[in-house]
Amino acid sequence: MSAHSDKYIQRYNAVERLNHWMTAITFILLMLSGFALFHPALFWLTNLFGGGTWTRILHPYIGVVMFVSFSSLALRFWHHNILSKNDIQWLKQMQDVVQNHEHKLPEVDRYNAGQKLLFWTMVTTIPLLLLTGIVIWQPWFTPFFPRNLDRFAVLLHAFCAFVMGTGIIVHIYAAIWVKGTMRAMVRGTVTRGWVKKHHPGWYKRIEQGQDH
Amino acid sequence: MALQSLDIWRRSATTTPSPQQREPIEVAKLIDVTKCIGCKACQSACQEWNDVREEIGVNVGTYQNPHDLTANSWTLMRFAEIEENGNLEWLIRKDGCMHCADPGCLKACPSPGAIIQYKNGIVDFAEENCIGCGYCIKGCPFNIPRLSEKDNKVYKCTLCSDRVSVGLEPACIKACPTQALVFGSKDDMKDHAAERIAELKERGFENAGLYDPQGVGGTHVMYVLHHADKPELYNGLAKDPQINPMVSIWKGITKPLALMAMAGAILGGFFHYIGIGPNEVEEDEEEEKA
Repeated sequence: MSAHSDKYIQRYNAVERLNHWMTAITFILLMLSGFALFHPALFWLTNLFGGGTWTRILHPYIGVVMFVSFSSLALRFWHHNILSKNDIQWLKQMQDVVQNHEHKLPEVDRYNAGQKLLFWTMVTTIPLLLLTGIVIWQPWFTPFFPRNLDRFAVLLHAFCAFVMGTGIIVHIYAAIWVKGTMRAMVRGTVTRGWVKKHHPGWYKRIEQGQDH
Repeated sequence: MALQSLDIWRRSATTTPSPQQREPIEVAKLIDVTKCIGCKACQSACQEWNDVREEIGVNVGTYQNPHDLTANSWTLMRFAEIEENGNLEWLIRKDGCMHCADPGCLKACPSPGAIIQYKNGIVDFAEENCIGCGYCIKGCPFNIPRLSEKDNKVYKCTLCSDRVSVGLEPACIKACPTQALVFGSKDDMKDHAAERIAELKERGFENAGLYDPQGVGGTHVMYVLHHADKPELYNGLAKDPQINPMVSIWKGITKPLALMAMAGAILGGFFHYIGIGPNEVEEDEEEEKA
């Protein structure tokens, strides 16, 4: 049974959307609590979590929830995110991308190269954040690791958080920039025009009945 | 709570100056290991004054008891038996916070005011501001702070900041029967150490010297060592302690750079929207058939 109509095409089903927003909510909580402990100028953010000690206690548990939630998301979407030759060309034409010269770009399927790179950035950083996060998780695990590994872990944790955070800034902006995108994750559907314009490769496959 | 009678040189996770108008003298504790008899009076006095008690432990074949610093034992006599110049030497070192001029703990601490460096040189933990993250433990080049299992706060030697602030010497100094421990201005302690070092050299300890490591800007706990060329003989006292580069990078340049880069990304997005604008599907594109 197709969920597509004359006007709209289904991009995400309800489970996918809930999974995405579960990941997004935990991400925001983690960024707020993580940045609170990263820079003194942002320590006031600990007030959102009930103070410094509560922030320290809660952050790692929220982190585990995000890891589990993201893992599920990654398993759902990874096969759409394999890089193709078109994607390399797309990336080379970044100038055209930012200037909205979309007609000059190679044909995009379900995801463009930027979306795919974001996906793989998350796939790399989130497990690293989990692993380094376990090493620096006081009081449960840190005492079991050598001091220099602990120091390395906290540095790598901050770096991965920075990469992930910057990636998500781009991700959020792209959803604001490319109009009609937000409803894909809110309502689950996008307009036919949106698919034709931004994901013509995917549109062709839908028309040929190759994709749901 | 910061002691009002002591001006503050630095405060953890604080980017503006703390009250520091007054000019107190820089203090230091001098530990002359060549005079130490290992009686542990300092350990007892420390626990007595600070109202902490160590659990009764077990003997594992050394006089060292407890076996390591803990949240209750802020100072510890470390015993080492070594062979040097053909002699068996029993080296005893009173271990504890060195009160670095450039404290790694303070640099690493994310909680404002949980670690305070007084202008007299004392580095103190204000446990009520401690959030239990253990960053100070990563920052410390001497492996000193200990996280309490009871309250998840970190404890270490305060150099008896409460006593010093009212003109008393630290409890350990008062208890030492051989004057291996002395306390006073850092300058006086250096002078005193120089006299002791001259005596030791006369007695044949050619490498006798003062341990006041410059890698951490000097310390406010200093040692007179018979083998100042080999501090590691004294149960692994660091030869050239420094804040670990990974900690320096993490708590140094990374913080402002990462924040600026992320703020830049947000600003970049905003300017892109204003300058180039959104990517929209026009109505005619929507209506046109595939």
